[in-house]
Amino acid sequence: MKPETEAELADIVASAKAPLEVIGGGTRQIGRTKGDPLHSSGLSGIRLYEPEALTLVAQAGTPLAEIETLLAENGQRLPFEPYDLRALQGTIGTPTIGGVVATNASGPRRIQAGACRDSLIGVRFVDGLGRILKNGGRVMKNVTGYDLVKLMAGSHGTLGVLTEVSFKLLPAPEATATVLVAEAETTSAATMAKAMASPFDVSGSAHANGTTALRLEGLEGSVSYRSQALANLLGGEVATFDWVAQRDVHAFAGVEGDVWRISVKPSGGPLMAEALRRLGAEKVIFDWAGGLLWVLASKGSPLRPAIKSGHATLIRGEGQTFPPEPAPIAALSAALRQKFDPRSLLNPGRMA
Amino acid sequence: MQMPKPSANILARKAEIVACLRQVLPENAVIDDPFETKVYECDALSAYRCPPLAVVLPGSTEETAAALKACHEMGVPVVPRGSGTSLAGGALPTEDSVILGVARLNGVLEADYANRFITVQSGRTNLSVTGAVEQNGYFYAPDPSSQLACAIAGNIAMNSGGAHCLKYGVTTNNLLGVKMVTMAGEVIEIGGAHLDAAGYDLLGLICGSEGQLGVVTEATLRILAKPEGARPVLIGFDSNEVAGACVSDIIRAGVLPVAIEFMDRPVIRAAENFTHAGYPDVEALLIIEVEGSEAEIAEQLGKITKIAKRHNPVELRESQSPEESANIWKGRKAAFGAMGQINDYMCLDGTIPVSKLPETLRGITALSQKYGLDVGNVFHAGDGNMHPLILYNANKPGDLELCEAMGADILKLCVEVGGCLTGEHGVGVEKRELMHSQFGVDDLDIQMAVKDVFDPKWLLNPAKVFPLDASEGRRQ
Repeated sequence: MKPETEAELADIVASAKAPLEVIGGGTRQIGRTKGDPLHSSGLSGIRLYEPEALTLVAQAGTPLAEIETLLAENGQRLPFEPYDLRALQGTIGTPTIGGVVATNASGPRRIQAGACRDSLIGVRFVDGLGRILKNGGRVMKNVTGYDLVKLMAGSHGTLGVLTEVSFKLLPAPEATATVLVAEAETTSAATMAKAMASPFDVSGSAHANGTTALRLEGLEGSVSYRSQALANLLGGEVATFDWVAQRDVHAFAGVEGDVWRISVKPSGGPLMAEALRRLGAEKVIFDWAGGLLWVLASKGSPLRPAIKSGHATLIRGEGQTFPPEPAPIAALSAALRQKFDPRSLLNPGRMA
Repeated sequence: MQMPKPSANILARKAEIVACLRQVLPENAVIDDPFETKVYECDALSAYRCPPLAVVLPGSTEETAAALKACHEMGVPVVPRGSGTSLAGGALPTEDSVILGVARLNGVLEADYANRFITVQSGRTNLSVTGAVEQNGYFYAPDPSSQLACAIAGNIAMNSGGAHCLKYGVTTNNLLGVKMVTMAGEVIEIGGAHLDAAGYDLLGLICGSEGQLGVVTEATLRILAKPEGARPVLIGFDSNEVAGACVSDIIRAGVLPVAIEFMDRPVIRAAENFTHAGYPDVEALLIIEVEGSEAEIAEQLGKITKIAKRHNPVELRESQSPEESANIWKGRKAAFGAMGQINDYMCLDGTIPVSKLPETLRGITALSQKYGLDVGNVFHAGDGNMHPLILYNANKPGDLELCEAMGADILKLCVEVGGCLTGEHGVGVEKRELMHSQFGVDDLDIQMAVKDVFDPKWLLNPAKVFPLDASEGRRQ
């Protein structure tokens, strides 16, 4: 099923008798569910773009590339640098903005500009009863009622089918520079912490294969000043770095093994990496100033016991995708699902 | 403004309820003397007040849980209170409710600079969070005007903003984790030193829920390294439209100041009379602040002043010293107080798309003429968060009602042009009945269904946020 309008989509859900698998572009395979395919890609198109208000409203099925192209033409961008999972997961298709929101896909700039959920300012969606609902709006400060916008981000289509999403944007930078520091993994957390403690407004901070990379963005003169100052502070050098490859984890694309995405307290990253290696991890790439670990592990490695705080999602491989939740949180999640989708029709089991 | 009729049954059981609270809490944590509870009768929306049944001031998460569990078992409503600075009546009690104040929970539990967070008890004031980390070169970004007094608990409840959120975001963008007690007395922990949730974003849901989903006792907050420096520029224009166009052009040019503040003539004059900040007597004044090293500040201000000059400003003054910077901000920060010197005022908080600024200001002027009440405008122009101040005389019969009617019309105008009722103050009781103008029946129902999950008996701050007719069935 591929509805062309929000009303049509609402009718499909309202009259559904069996579970539905909600699909945007089908390029982000996170979690599993079974149901009749319900495609949102028929709901496509940018509804409103006000560059002077830093605001964009688009239908959920709009291709991400269409949005990014329009913004680039106007010297603006989505702040949170959504990643593309096609190479890593071997999926094909056209990533949609709804899929980005449903998975709260946020790249290296997460540490400076926030996650997808931080830039998302409004949603329209169809709940499990087929009701068309809205929350938030198209303004960047809004505390009118509960913030269901955040709840919908990262809910993987289990609370409602997104039909329209609104974002706060940022100017694209005039200039970008990267400072590289050659060092071992064990000292990288301290280096990244030192960079984050500096006043230089780091917008990307990664480590892999003996290199720590720190990104600076902004006005020409400012970036030139800050990159020199940061290189001096850390004993590094200004050089080039492929931030798209970092964002999309190209290093693990086409390489045999499970891929995990683990959010941790940044300073604990290197120690956790050691513990993960004892359980089967083969390669670890650090992002978010050490707070995000992308891990390649031999198939079926049971990594969860090493994760004492933070959380791990299995992005590629067979096994439980999401971490088990503590009992009180699991109870709240189940109760929310019951309210939003009382007939358990929307992506059942995907997050459970 | 209506409040639900208090439960006669609860009022009759007051002695028994207070005795029960005394059993589970230390002696000095329960206040029922009507003289001592007087200070809890209202918050900063002081037009409305009501004596609570009693006040509890727990000293720990465990005591908070004990108090909530006891009230839950007795079926007594609880109204959480931070510092009582809400402008929307978020902490306004009813006669049959117990106020639960977090003022005693004001400690710093952990400051972790390597991981850039601080964990505090929720009664700690906003400014003292920065105070705890600034000697190490850090700060906590959200900066509501009441930051000297307001508590983190209230900031989380209302998802508070401030003047600098154009760059740093509001509370929800700076909150990493909470320890929270549900109405049933269950302690839950959400989030922590790591980023983003594994499951549903419950943290995002709790932030801004106006104390209706739980009582936050501890919060983990993101702290940021202080910029090298900051400097404002003051730009005066002879029309609001031109000032609004200048703001649009600056944003369009790809410069992102940390703050863009806007004041119109009535506010400029009041602020100048009050603080002698040296403001020019113009129609509209912008204060634009940028951050960075000396060279970076110069680069950004260079671009901004170049754009501003295209709009023929009446005055353009770049701060040349820390004293001058403080002076430029002094008038803005005292603007509310300055307006208060003239008369009583009601402060609104609607947000509009920045592109609708001139249209909205014209609409507000027309409403001011229609109602015969003066309005001053002072607001965060970069993000469209308006703060119209309607002047009225509280001692003149009927003036408050007239002012409220005009306020409602202004907020409806904000919604009509694509904005919302409240950008950072919250709904509370003040804008509760206007929610119908922004949301449909189902939109409100799904929000109330969230409260059903966290507080099935609707005992926690029940008479807030949702129009009374919409929540009636759930509250009984």
